[in-house]
Amino acid sequence: MQAIATIGRFFLAFFRQTGLLTLFIVQAAKALVTPPVYARLIGQQIMRIGYYSLPVVALTSFFTGGALAIQIYHGGNQFNSEAIVSSIVALGITRELGPVLGGLMVAGRVSAAIAAEIGTMRVTEQIDALTTLSTDPFKYLVAPRVIAATMCMPVLALIADIIGILGGFVVGTQSFGFNAAIYVQQTVNFLQPDDVISGLLKAAVFGFIIAIMGCYHGYHSKGGAQGVGRATTNAVVASSILILAANYLMTSLLFSA
Amino acid sequence: MTGMITLAGVNKTFGAKHVLQGVDLNIERGQSVVVIGGSGSGKSVMLKSILGLLTPDAGTIHVDGTQTVGLSRAQRTHIDANIGMLFQNGALFDSLPIWRNVAFRGLQDNTLDTQAARDVAVASLKQVGLGPELLDLYPAALSGGMHKRVGLARAIASKPDIIFFDEPTTGLDPIMTDVINHLIRDCVRELGATTLTITHDMTSVRAIADKTALLYQGRIIWQGTTDELEQSEDPFLNQFINGLAHGPIEVEGQTLERVAGGGS
Repeated sequence: MQAIATIGRFFLAFFRQTGLLTLFIVQAAKALVTPPVYARLIGQQIMRIGYYSLPVVALTSFFTGGALAIQIYHGGNQFNSEAIVSSIVALGITRELGPVLGGLMVAGRVSAAIAAEIGTMRVTEQIDALTTLSTDPFKYLVAPRVIAATMCMPVLALIADIIGILGGFVVGTQSFGFNAAIYVQQTVNFLQPDDVISGLLKAAVFGFIIAIMGCYHGYHSKGGAQGVGRATTNAVVASSILILAANYLMTSLLFSA
Repeated sequence: MTGMITLAGVNKTFGAKHVLQGVDLNIERGQSVVVIGGSGSGKSVMLKSILGLLTPDAGTIHVDGTQTVGLSRAQRTHIDANIGMLFQNGALFDSLPIWRNVAFRGLQDNTLDTQAARDVAVASLKQVGLGPELLDLYPAALSGGMHKRVGLARAIASKPDIIFFDEPTTGLDPIMTDVINHLIRDCVRELGATTLTITHDMTSVRAIADKTALLYQGRIIWQGTTDELEQSEDPFLNQFINGLAHGPIEVEGQTLERVAGGGS
């Protein structure tokens, strides 16, 4: 009986959270398409979410591109196919690793920061203060972050693509002796616009997930500093899992044909 | 409905906990009413219900003649525009400088440009005894007492007809408590505003109240003027205002007499 009760409680909590999240997304979507639009706040968030995430995304993609080149070189070596390094690195980075690893790194940095900031505003009554000052918290807090993250993530993913390919290029030419001109030529010849575009599309969805999860967990945090800490952790965990799940779904949809 | 703020039969429940159980309260225009009560008596829930931050399960709340229960935020815009609120810890926006905090409403509804907003902030800060040198500081640079004063400046900046004060002196030293009480009294007199304060600080009650109400277990069990407060023989009121351990007021389901071992 105890086990059944535990399972029941789990499902009730799950459905409650799903319902709350759905309502939150609907309210956020409404705030996105109705005035006022806070351009100054969107600009601030673009700086925080996009610009300040550049170093972490660039470093991640550079090392990932390099490691990928090593793995593909040694894997291809078994079949005398070392020449595929440039093309597979480009494909792997643009379609998968650039947007997904970039998304996960930004989730860790940005989703946590958003949840902590909005969570602190919740427990210190700043969100109540906004409401009493005739300002919709969804328009003032949620919409600028969602717009900024959804806009910035594709740009970050594109930069991650370029730097990831550069990482593969450096390892390929310096460690394995590939000719630089041929490496670049093979990358350019093999890569199709759809490979890059599909990655950027995924990145936009990941940006939306990162901002929504940060805002949702921050907005519903309670219980002082401990509650804010819990919200921060939940935001990172939820956004990371959702990014991976969304990546699988979108990959299935985009590449199943 | 002659009052500026009228609550009738207001109920609010959280799960199995009945926080408000039929609150009736009338606040006349220009009157300064203080609601006292212990922790967990429902004071904050009552205030949030009036502000529309919580929706009561039953009852009506009239603010300046408009029934507000069930109204959406958009439907009560004209009411909110006429309300100022001082939160317990100031609730200043950490990410904004003081001048933007104080003139927030005017900047949001575009009735003030940057220069006008700074002018409003200077004037409001002056009313609470603060100088223009604070304008470009951020809330993190202020002390607790200054937080409250800037919060008060924000509450009065738009010259509202109704002002709410949530525990305005909690956490302040006795001198700053007296400063805040004087500021509240002076600002309210100057504006001619109707005010509702919730507190358990009897010094504030005596300094700012025209009328006092005692909230206990979700109900208003006593109300009267400050003179009546001092002369009342109500045992609940006497226990509360004198801060007595023994009496009829229960703590966490037990009477204090039992807690202290003085009763069965």
